[in-house]
Amino acid sequence: MSLRTFKENLFSKGALRGIAAIVIFVIIWEVGARSEQIFGFRVPFLGLVPPPSSVFVSWGGLIGEPSYWQSWYMSFVRVFTGFIAAVLIGIPLGLFMAVNKTFYGMAFPSFEVLRPIPPLAWVPASIIFWPTQEMSIAFVTFLGAFYTIVINVLGGAKSINKQFLQAAQSMGASQWDIFRRIIFPATLPSIVVGSAVGMGITWEVVVAAEMISGGGSSGGGAGGGLGFFIWASYVGGSYEQIIVGMISIGIAGYFSSELLRQLGGYLTPWLKTR
Amino acid sequence: MNMMGEEMQPEVTKGAIRIEDVVKIYDPDGAAVMAVDHCSIDIPAGEICMIVGPSGCGKTTLLNAIAGFHDVTSGHIYLDDEMLCGPDNRKAEPGSDRIVVFQNGALFPWKTNLENIAFGPMMEGKLSKSEIYDKARSMMADAGLSGTENSYPGEVSSGLRRRVEIVRALMNDPKVLLFDEPYRALDSLTKSVMHEALLEIYYKNKVTIFFITHDLEEAIFLGHRLIIMSSRPCKPKKIVDVDIPHPRDYSVLTSPRFREIMNEAKGVVHEEAKKAFDAGEKEG
Repeated sequence: MSLRTFKENLFSKGALRGIAAIVIFVIIWEVGARSEQIFGFRVPFLGLVPPPSSVFVSWGGLIGEPSYWQSWYMSFVRVFTGFIAAVLIGIPLGLFMAVNKTFYGMAFPSFEVLRPIPPLAWVPASIIFWPTQEMSIAFVTFLGAFYTIVINVLGGAKSINKQFLQAAQSMGASQWDIFRRIIFPATLPSIVVGSAVGMGITWEVVVAAEMISGGGSSGGGAGGGLGFFIWASYVGGSYEQIIVGMISIGIAGYFSSELLRQLGGYLTPWLKTR
Repeated sequence: MNMMGEEMQPEVTKGAIRIEDVVKIYDPDGAAVMAVDHCSIDIPAGEICMIVGPSGCGKTTLLNAIAGFHDVTSGHIYLDDEMLCGPDNRKAEPGSDRIVVFQNGALFPWKTNLENIAFGPMMEGKLSKSEIYDKARSMMADAGLSGTENSYPGEVSSGLRRRVEIVRALMNDPKVLLFDEPYRALDSLTKSVMHEALLEIYYKNKVTIFFITHDLEEAIFLGHRLIIMSSRPCKPKKIVDVDIPHPRDYSVLTSPRFREIMNEAKGVVHEEAKKAFDAGEKEG
């Protein structure tokens, strides 16, 4: 992106609207949080929340703290470990279930029984059967993305236009060619969508898992991940830091999704034209 | 015009289709819906044979049997001397000698137009990639598709997409092209352009064309012969020879002979359409 198009994007109507909305939101929050000082009474809900100015001050203090960045790093490692495992196992599994009726018949029922179990319900069990806490947290995040990816891949591969297969067959494509050149690319959009949704769930799950499991083996505030960072802030009574942690997760989730969107766009160039 | 046309028309010796006494019953043990009833059609090599019939009469069933996508209940289908399906193999093997151009189009959206067109020869693997791409480019240029090589099918108009699909079919050197109402979704103005383009492509690459439609004007404009099918179960009801010489262009549409043939065919088609309507046949 050149500087000029960057400027154009930044000052486009859509971007300005977005910026204006954030500014207004922050002002309302600030006024609401300070309502007791300003109006003499406390606005419900907002009046109990620390104002954004003190959140930013607290954030400013944390930026230099290695332990804060360690939390980011830990959560990212867990999210991506679980997510990549889910991609590596979920995509082949979904594709194989779509193309092989026997395997589908065997695997799908048990898959459907396991799928409604929320990943968080697995936390106690996974703490028991995984040797380290790190592994049990990664496992729970893996589950968060896994089911969504499999279901999307399966649905995408099963809904392929039959005429693509017939056309390929007429033109002399072998079974392997059909899988590699038709079924796989035709499923790619569903893979991208499933991964993007799965990534979102992964962030939801990792935070809760960190809170429940106490932030992993290294314990304490450092090394516990952003979820534990929030929990520790709550226990320690630092309400500003709770919100810093929340916003940090929002930003981390946004960057993860953006990364996937970019990757997805690169993998499915033909969809840009729609 | 005529002279040129004849010059471009080498004698076609391959691609004769013989459909002999074909019956197709869906779900023979249950509902037993008869789609095709003792249907026999003889199509000489190089003919444009238009199969005209009401919606849902079983025309597509016949096309699928030739293409090898479905089996038949009984009967034979021959391509030249080769028996595609018969008593021993109820379902023909799909092959690159018979390529279908589908109603909704089946270009692979994830491949560029050029890659789509190169797909068949790439699968065949006889030529090198650069030879295939060179051939694909020149075929595209011939069909007026230059400049769209690197576009995805989703980026070009539906008319151009159909043309890409026909070129993709021709790249396989088929003996027969099977069209399943390919222009159904196009508006009538685009359609007329497509018809002329198809004939132009046909004059350059003589193949047998088995073309399903329910548009009589389209059928008479393109075809050497119309085979008007009865409503379900489908079997030939009336054969109309279109004795308007090829090459044709759109001026044919206003000729008296065109009108005469139209009138001759219209009555039969209408009667069958009414039967199909009364029987409550679904679209498609």
